[in-house]
Amino acid sequence: MGTRTVAETIREITRAHLEGGGMLLGESISAVGWVNNTVPDAGNIMELPMTDVAGAGIAVGSALAGRRPIFVVRFQDFLILNGSPLIFYAAKLKGLHEKSAPVFVRAIAAEGLGPVHSGVLHSLFMHFPGFKVASPMTPREYEDVWRVYMESDDPFICSEHRASYSNKDELTDEIMAGADITIYAISATRFEAKKAARLLKNDGVRCNVVNIVWLKPFTLTKRITEPLKESRIGLVVDPGHEIAGASESIAYSMMINTGYPVKALGLEDRTKCLCPPLQNRAPDAGRIVEAAKELLAGAGRVFT
Amino acid sequence: MRVPDLAVIENGAAIVPEDIALEIYRRICRTRTFEEGLIKAVKDGFVTSPVYLSSGQESIAAALSVAVPGPVIFAQHRCHGVYLSYGGDPVKLRDELMGLPTGTSGGRAGSNCIQCHENGVVMHGHHGLIGENVPIAVGYALASKKSTLAIFGDGAAEEDYVLSSLGFAATHRLPVLFVCEDNNLSILTAVETRRSWKVSKVAAAFGMEAVDLSDDPWTIFLKAKELVKKTPALMNIHTCRANWHVGIGTDGPVEWDRFLDVRNALKGAGLWDKAQKIEEAERFCMEKVWEQGQLRRLSGK
Ligand SMILES: Cc1ncc(C[n+]2csc(CCOP(=O)(O)OP(=O)(O)O)c2C)c(N)n1
Ligand SMILES: [Mg+2]
Repeated sequence: MGTRTVAETIREITRAHLEGGGMLLGESISAVGWVNNTVPDAGNIMELPMTDVAGAGIAVGSALAGRRPIFVVRFQDFLILNGSPLIFYAAKLKGLHEKSAPVFVRAIAAEGLGPVHSGVLHSLFMHFPGFKVASPMTPREYEDVWRVYMESDDPFICSEHRASYSNKDELTDEIMAGADITIYAISATRFEAKKAARLLKNDGVRCNVVNIVWLKPFTLTKRITEPLKESRIGLVVDPGHEIAGASESIAYSMMINTGYPVKALGLEDRTKCLCPPLQNRAPDAGRIVEAAKELLAGAGRVFT
Repeated sequence: MRVPDLAVIENGAAIVPEDIALEIYRRICRTRTFEEGLIKAVKDGFVTSPVYLSSGQESIAAALSVAVPGPVIFAQHRCHGVYLSYGGDPVKLRDELMGLPTGTSGGRAGSNCIQCHENGVVMHGHHGLIGENVPIAVGYALASKKSTLAIFGDGAAEEDYVLSSLGFAATHRLPVLFVCEDNNLSILTAVETRRSWKVSKVAAAFGMEAVDLSDDPWTIFLKAKELVKKTPALMNIHTCRANWHVGIGTDGPVEWDRFLDVRNALKGAGLWDKAQKIEEAERFCMEKVWEQGQLRRLSGK
């Protein structure tokens, strides 16, 4: 186990950035627990008024001026409002004008907080050209994503999840010889995928778990494709909506590349509501197990 | 009621120093004669992409560019006048409109998205959402503390993100001069059909100095020089678009013809001989830019 949590890692990265002349912009940064204790009490923090469209534009303008702003979005649902300056301006600058506005968007996801605060919207930004999109869940992954951002001139969507903030562990891929299925997991479903693999093992299913941090660019490296070529069945799990989302998109890329069936598992096509039966929660270990078994059964490989 | 002399300083052409009066006229002619050539090039089929003409409104950018030199500029879609007045190369603008790799954005962006990053000009390209340039300009001013010019239309002024950007700039006393080119129209819908309030009143309520005036260039020059020292500040300038919202046609008679008024003012100030020479020189230069044989070669038509 590492010594620092993800939240502490973010805070330290941010502190160094602000002390080095960077900026951080967002709504209610200091008053409401410093964004789950991920923001240090430091200089160069700009409290934005509750103006989500203009606020994103102000962050993009700051990026254009070369300040490498961190733009904090406390709930990913608000990205809908933040969208136009990010998608229509920051992400298009290079393609249109060979200029850049490298803003680092800390897009925070959560679960079980009802229709307005439980969204996972990173897929939206995979769709549009011009972004890099990553979803780090461990301290080292976060540091890696930040380093790549500082070396790049693209706008970044860092799809964070509250479920990761207390995590100190690095999550390594779990690969075994003769695996029956490979589970590819994104964002907070990575914690559930690990549990699912243990449950499946109890039922005699040998299961690889491969971690996906980079959603865009998504590169089909050997680390990604080799386990699938062994197991010949794959399952991509994402806490966002399944239709036209990260899970479907990545499953499709892998299927085309390897020729093996890969299923997508994300949210059902209905609104996330508040009360438990209608929450439409991200796939948990139980649902991942179920989906894996269904896939295996479809391929004529039945486990009890 | 829209009038051509709202808050206009009388005899402005005679009040401002002669070289300034003539320089403003030169920049007015620059845009007008460039667009005369452009209109012909559209008719002749050399330019086929959509064009947003500044004609009729060119006195605003001409006067601003003399009064407020060297700001970081964020303009809207109707931006030929801003680009040319501030010193953008007309050849590169022509090439952008023709979709050539030698254009201001390599021919990728077009009339409503003009940028300039040379000859001491910093003008960031617009991407087509009206008023999107305003929060970006405000963020730029926040992060850089540089003198920033945000130019937008009366329609864009209604966008929620424009209004909240005015508020943010007022709160943080940012060095932004906001200029609304109020041609009374969002495409073809008049202001009075769209809203009951004035953007100048809103800006003033946010706590910045704000004025309404019409597009007399001498008044704009004098007022802009004063307001740029008190930023954030806003100028809502009543003006008349000479051509269609997009394209080279006309919608019928304009409320007033500022180009004509400016010529008369120069005559009244005894500057017409010099002004005429300036106009001829600009026209000569733009005729070269839009010379037929060259257009044929460039377009392969
Ligand atoms: C966000 C957004 N909404 C609508 C449009 C469509 N549109 C393009 S230009 C225009 C008119 C804008 O009027 P104004 O800001 O007054 O500028 P003008 O054309 O008069 O110079 C509209 C509505 C757009 N481009 N962007
Ligand atoms: Mg208008």
